[in-house]
Amino acid sequence: MLTAEMLKSMANVERTRSARMNATPARMSAEEKDTLLQEYHPDYRQSGFTVLSVGPNKGSKVPTELAELLQANSRIRGSEIDLERVDYDVDVLIIGGGGAGTSAAIEADKAGAKVLLVTKLKMGEANTMMAEGGIQAADKENDSPAIHYLDALGGGHYSNKPELLKRLVHDGPLAIKWLNDLGVMFDKDEKGVMVTTHGGGTSRKRMHAAADYTGAEIMRVLRDEAVNRGITTIDYAPAIELLLDETGKAAGAVLMNYDTGEYLVAKAKTVIIATGGAGRLHYQGFPTSNHYGATADGLVLGYRVGAELIYADAIQYHPTGVAYPAQIFGALVTEKVRSLGAMLINSEGEAFMHPLETRDVAAASIIRECTTRGKGVPALDGSAVWLDTPMIEMIHGAGTIEKRLPGMLRMYGKFGIDLRKEPILVYPTLHYQNGGILINEQAGTKIENLFVAGEAVGGIHGTNRLMGNSLLDIIVFGRIAGKSAAQKSKETQLGKLTLSHIDKFQAELAAAGIHTDKVSPLLLPTYTHGRKVR
Amino acid sequence: MQEEMVEVFLLGKKYTVPSELTIMDAMEYAGYKLVRGCGCRSGFCGGCAVIYRMKGSHELKVCLSCQTKIEAGMCVGKIEAYPINKKAFDIEEIKPTENIMGQLYPEIYSCIGCNACTKGCPQGLNVMQYIAYAQRGDYEKCAHASFDCVGCNICASRCPAQISHSAVGLLARRLTGKYLAPQSEHLNKRVSEIEKGDYEKILEQLMQKPLAEMKELYNNREIEK
Repeated sequence: MLTAEMLKSMANVERTRSARMNATPARMSAEEKDTLLQEYHPDYRQSGFTVLSVGPNKGSKVPTELAELLQANSRIRGSEIDLERVDYDVDVLIIGGGGAGTSAAIEADKAGAKVLLVTKLKMGEANTMMAEGGIQAADKENDSPAIHYLDALGGGHYSNKPELLKRLVHDGPLAIKWLNDLGVMFDKDEKGVMVTTHGGGTSRKRMHAAADYTGAEIMRVLRDEAVNRGITTIDYAPAIELLLDETGKAAGAVLMNYDTGEYLVAKAKTVIIATGGAGRLHYQGFPTSNHYGATADGLVLGYRVGAELIYADAIQYHPTGVAYPAQIFGALVTEKVRSLGAMLINSEGEAFMHPLETRDVAAASIIRECTTRGKGVPALDGSAVWLDTPMIEMIHGAGTIEKRLPGMLRMYGKFGIDLRKEPILVYPTLHYQNGGILINEQAGTKIENLFVAGEAVGGIHGTNRLMGNSLLDIIVFGRIAGKSAAQKSKETQLGKLTLSHIDKFQAELAAAGIHTDKVSPLLLPTYTHGRKVR
Repeated sequence: MQEEMVEVFLLGKKYTVPSELTIMDAMEYAGYKLVRGCGCRSGFCGGCAVIYRMKGSHELKVCLSCQTKIEAGMCVGKIEAYPINKKAFDIEEIKPTENIMGQLYPEIYSCIGCNACTKGCPQGLNVMQYIAYAQRGDYEKCAHASFDCVGCNICASRCPAQISHSAVGLLARRLTGKYLAPQSEHLNKRVSEIEKGDYEKILEQLMQKPLAEMKELYNNREIEK
């Protein structure tokens, strides 16, 4: 039940609604945004970060929880694993069964490679499945890949790797076409024109959607296509260490059967890391919108063999995570809610920012409202602000929410809140890792035959990703990685398999004076929901 | 604030858990470290279906455990890895002709109209209705009526005719997306421009521009209303 204080504040939101309908706050200037971010964005809170002492990014800062895993012990340190006893021998090993891994699998299979896809949970239990709002691509008459480039570059604070961003925007319409032709049901009008909206920081309406099940629709089609193609996949089989050959090329992985605990050896001519993000590490104590397995495993595996990270200190807090009710605390409220006109409102009923600023700016602005300005609404865990969802149907007409936000309507409805009639309480939630493993245009890394795609990649989005560019990047770079890895596998002769990099890394840890009981990759978080465990 | 505690039975064992938790969270509170039956934790992946009875009631209920609040007296079992009969097809070869669904999934015609699928659907879909659309070859209607399916397969677990509803809906949606929905001319036009290389040069030029000029361009760009 909403508290009396919440209800009192909600009345303020209702009181000011009609006056706000035609008075959208101005967008912030570049200087205002810079100052706001420095003062309020969690990435600028030095206490949340640790400088790495070993590995390719020695001397750089990353979130402390990530540093602990990057600089932890191998799960198989000291175990004898017979690498001569090979359980799987394939051309391309793909680690991760989300949108990027599955796109890669389809393309590698199409290119004639023998593919094995392994995933920690079930194929499709991934952040792709949960991406609600949309996918960007410049395919409208008034738009162009060049305008998309500029939007993403400015949104990313001009730090995006130009060659990666170029590939993203250039191949965007090709990705939409590929998905459409696989049978993804995009929202279209009766003439076939894609129904597109803005996202935070876009200058053209290029957000394509499939209601607010966009990622789910894409993921279930990709998964179905992988099954149709007969691609071998193993669920509940996380990779726990990469294998190299004696010349230093990536050559497969040690897997774990998560049901039995048994180790398995997968030998592969090329390897694609597509393990996704890190929300379940709960940086700085934030809740997360991510799936259960988002624990940065791929970053750990890659780092241990010498792959370089970029912008690992740039984290995306989605401005609108659920702040109430408790059962869905931290879950995502899609940005599409703001695309459709809902404003962010403080406890007094004031609209304190333009609803379509970029995510980092919007998150910082909400944090400012709830801290120094003291205009937050006391919620479950600290304060929150209102997202004025009833505005949507005042702008677009009755029935809009049911048609375009059915997932949100259902999620809140299950816990007794009708967002058509009452506003909802939100606060930033840990959503996306902007950085990751550095790749080149072919999705390759500096480790030969090791490719990366999806959220595990860094560089495409700079230090802040725009809405809708992640679903795009998993398709664009997932496909590139699949093609590159298949091609490279045809030219590859593997030497003897080795895990010697583990000993080397352990020696580096010891030399740096790091002694820890922690092992990584983490695989899954542990939750007790407040119960004290012996 | 004092938490209200409730008594529940999880996989046959009695536990006392806070009433504000979801069924999934209650499992974790009780000490389970979940590996299976826990995916997105937000109601989109369909991976956490459970079956339960209220103590003393004959009625079996089904739900997604991450989207359902625990209640006193719940006796919870799990539906994990429920096998369905998904048929392989080549999306380039099949056509949305009337008999394709019948060829791949003839069991849809065994539907006895019991409506157990619809009653079980945690998404509130009219499952029996979308199967009826599939029977009639109305794939577009089947696609839209099944659109919010998360593939938990609770429907299949309840169906006396042994239909794999989620697979039927997915086939209808792929046929609709690829063949039945109107083509997007603006998309096809842009794709052919890109394939001709029309945007290579302008993008290369942008990549070469000095930072100050890019900032100028970004800060003064026109924003579509």
